[in-house]
Amino acid sequence: MARVLILFAHPALEKSRVHRRLLREVPGLTGITFNDLYEHYPDFNIDVPREQALLLEHDLLILQHPMFWYSTPAILKQWLDLVLEHGWAYGSQGNMLHGKRVLSLVTTGGGAMAYQHEGYNRFTMREFLLPVEQSFRLCKMVVLPPYMIHGTHQMTLASIEQIAVQYRRLLELLRDDRIDINTLIDQPTLNVALGARLEHADR
Amino acid sequence: MSSEQLFQAFIYLAAAVAIVPLARRFGLGSVLGYLIAGIIIGPFGLRLVGEGGEDVMHFAEFGVVMMLFVVGLELEPALLWRLRAPILGLGGLQVLVTSLVVAGLALLLGLPWQAALAIGMIMSLSSTAIVLQSLAEKGQLKTDAGQSAFAVLLFQDIAVIPLLAIFPLLAVGGIDGHTAEGQHGAQTLISALPAWAQTLAVLGAVAAIIVAGRFLVRPALRAIAGARLREVFTAAALLLVIGIALLMTLVGLSPALGTFLAGVVLANSEYRHELESDIEPFKGLLLGLFFIAVGASVDFALILGQPLLIAGLVAGIMAVKFAILFGLAKVFRLSLDQGLLFAFALPQVGEFAFVLFSFADQNGVLEPAISGPLVAAVALSMVLTPLLLLVYERVVQPRFADRNRVEREADVIDQQGPVIIAGFGSFGSTVGRLLRANGVPTTVLDIDSDRVELLRKLGLKVYYGDATRYDLLHTAGAEQAKLLVMALDTPEKTLELVHTVKTHFPHIKIMARAFDWGDAHQLIEAGVEYVYREALDTALRMGTDALHELGFRAHQAHRAAQTFRLHDDRSLHELSAIRAQQGEYLSAARQRIEELEQVLLSDRQDRGLERDAGWDAESLREEFREVSGAKG
Repeated sequence: MARVLILFAHPALEKSRVHRRLLREVPGLTGITFNDLYEHYPDFNIDVPREQALLLEHDLLILQHPMFWYSTPAILKQWLDLVLEHGWAYGSQGNMLHGKRVLSLVTTGGGAMAYQHEGYNRFTMREFLLPVEQSFRLCKMVVLPPYMIHGTHQMTLASIEQIAVQYRRLLELLRDDRIDINTLIDQPTLNVALGARLEHADR
Repeated sequence: MSSEQLFQAFIYLAAAVAIVPLARRFGLGSVLGYLIAGIIIGPFGLRLVGEGGEDVMHFAEFGVVMMLFVVGLELEPALLWRLRAPILGLGGLQVLVTSLVVAGLALLLGLPWQAALAIGMIMSLSSTAIVLQSLAEKGQLKTDAGQSAFAVLLFQDIAVIPLLAIFPLLAVGGIDGHTAEGQHGAQTLISALPAWAQTLAVLGAVAAIIVAGRFLVRPALRAIAGARLREVFTAAALLLVIGIALLMTLVGLSPALGTFLAGVVLANSEYRHELESDIEPFKGLLLGLFFIAVGASVDFALILGQPLLIAGLVAGIMAVKFAILFGLAKVFRLSLDQGLLFAFALPQVGEFAFVLFSFADQNGVLEPAISGPLVAAVALSMVLTPLLLLVYERVVQPRFADRNRVEREADVIDQQGPVIIAGFGSFGSTVGRLLRANGVPTTVLDIDSDRVELLRKLGLKVYYGDATRYDLLHTAGAEQAKLLVMALDTPEKTLELVHTVKTHFPHIKIMARAFDWGDAHQLIEAGVEYVYREALDTALRMGTDALHELGFRAHQAHRAAQTFRLHDDRSLHELSAIRAQQGEYLSAARQRIEELEQVLLSDRQDRGLERDAGWDAESLREEFREVSGAKG
């Protein structure tokens, strides 16, 4: 069992259809800690000792957020700035996060086709998230490919329900260590790597 | 006051105090408790009260007048207007159909048509006091059935006026109406006037109540409230009710109807809660007294003399009324459970029947041999009503439980704000404005009558009253409130309110305004989780600006203040714990100085709150120097 910490960042959750639905799955899952950054720190005054303690208590970190201007919401940047201190998370003495796993779970309004080299946005998701990926690599963590939920602008309520089921299965697979990380680490997204395993509960 | 009167008062109060809590404990409700208490001390029980019982009932009937006033206060004019169809349609049909059916049955039993019609009309009435009190106690007054029952009772109150006029015409021997002297008797100041002048006087009295309620009573109450003498305001409230009752009696209308009207007119006023909680205790006591008197008046000797006849009468009357009520509920499209509640609530015959029977006796409409058993049956039907409602609650309602719960919840949100704001000065009003700007309904209580008046002119809904009083909190809907925002002007009042709320409404989250460290400590000790020192944020903002003026970067000063705020909060709670250990040893002044010293020392020692190291590259530079030093 991996101890999973979801670092959630959405400045206007009340306006989000998809994230609100996804979060309803979390309370029913054991062994998963939910950390709502905009709820805890509406004034961006992040409690660094609290955040560091949380990181130490968990094995796998999920950064869940919508895509804003090809990047994370502002508070996640503030969190990276202040929590991943030199001498604690990185640097010659900073080894506290060594070996822990991390992945981004991101929603975008546009469809998957837009995030291709020949697509509208000209770069892939993995490329857009490189600053985050490299930050955690500098902290000697194992970075998994991002899990993508594309096309939220046009999503029907029925497909949101489907997405929520897959989200729950993903969390269960990660928590129960049923994913072989070495084989998928270079894949473009976790969705591609897991494929049909999210469609059926008992694979 | 003679010792005999004192003894009577003692007996009534003792019976109420001893029996009513027991009745409630066993889930019987207070009305049944009072009725039982009355039976116990009455002529058939311990014989502690005797002939005086009837006088007590007449006196205590004023409780019904007060109750209608309070009911009116809770009924805004718009809601009354919506009820016009049930009042005229449902109420009118109920009185008409019941009168005719009962009269027809009486004719079949061989009574002359005049007597039959009189009995029919009397039996069509129900007991306002018992029904409204029972429904209110169970919180069923706002349900469909409750509203319909209320509409019917209101119509009956109006119908009494023509009934009193018709009775002398039914007199077999042609005795003239002037000998009659019931409480609502025909003898009034204006009875000598011609009919058109009487009508004019009645309409004038009603108009006077509406106009005076709107334009005279509110400024008067405001002036009285400005004097800040509680008992004078209570006196004014009583004066208002008694004055209207007097006026109504003079023009021959029902006093209950008049005070009800006055209540409706004042329902939108800022003094609604205050008037309600002032009248409430008097109303409760008088109604209690009234129910005891009803219980004591049940003539068991007569009942035991003709048990079958009386039982048949009671069962027959109640069955007929029940069937008609349920049928009308169907016609007026009440749902099944609400229709049943409506029919279970109203099948008794009302207290007004006692007056009408004696009136009919005097008019020679009925013979005592007929009215005697009927009076006993009426009293029994009243005593049985709380039992019937109990049957509904225990047996019938559980079958509809789910549907009812949903309705009730929606109602609560509709009626009362989840937030009560106590004190609407500059502090409380800012909180209230922020909540309202975001669509959160609030109930505001304030003690400053000038301010209440001003805020109301600006269109805010503010009520006048001392928020530390339990009954005011109760009427403001504290049972349903989630949050109580305390923004009172003094620490003493704030603490008093905290204790009241912690005792009576422990479910409410308290957010309290504090003034300095001292009363913040007291609030924390009293168990308040959310304590807000009023000067803290402003002082920190000023300090931030001071740092900025001295050359700090704006964001640096801002972060310093954010950090200091957390530190300050931590110190407050630490010192609060220390203070609890020290107890009362230190004088307050000495304690303040010591605390200031401790706070100043800890301001410089608290290093646990350094949070911006991530933006400080000093350690990184050091590491680079070491690496390049090793190389070079």
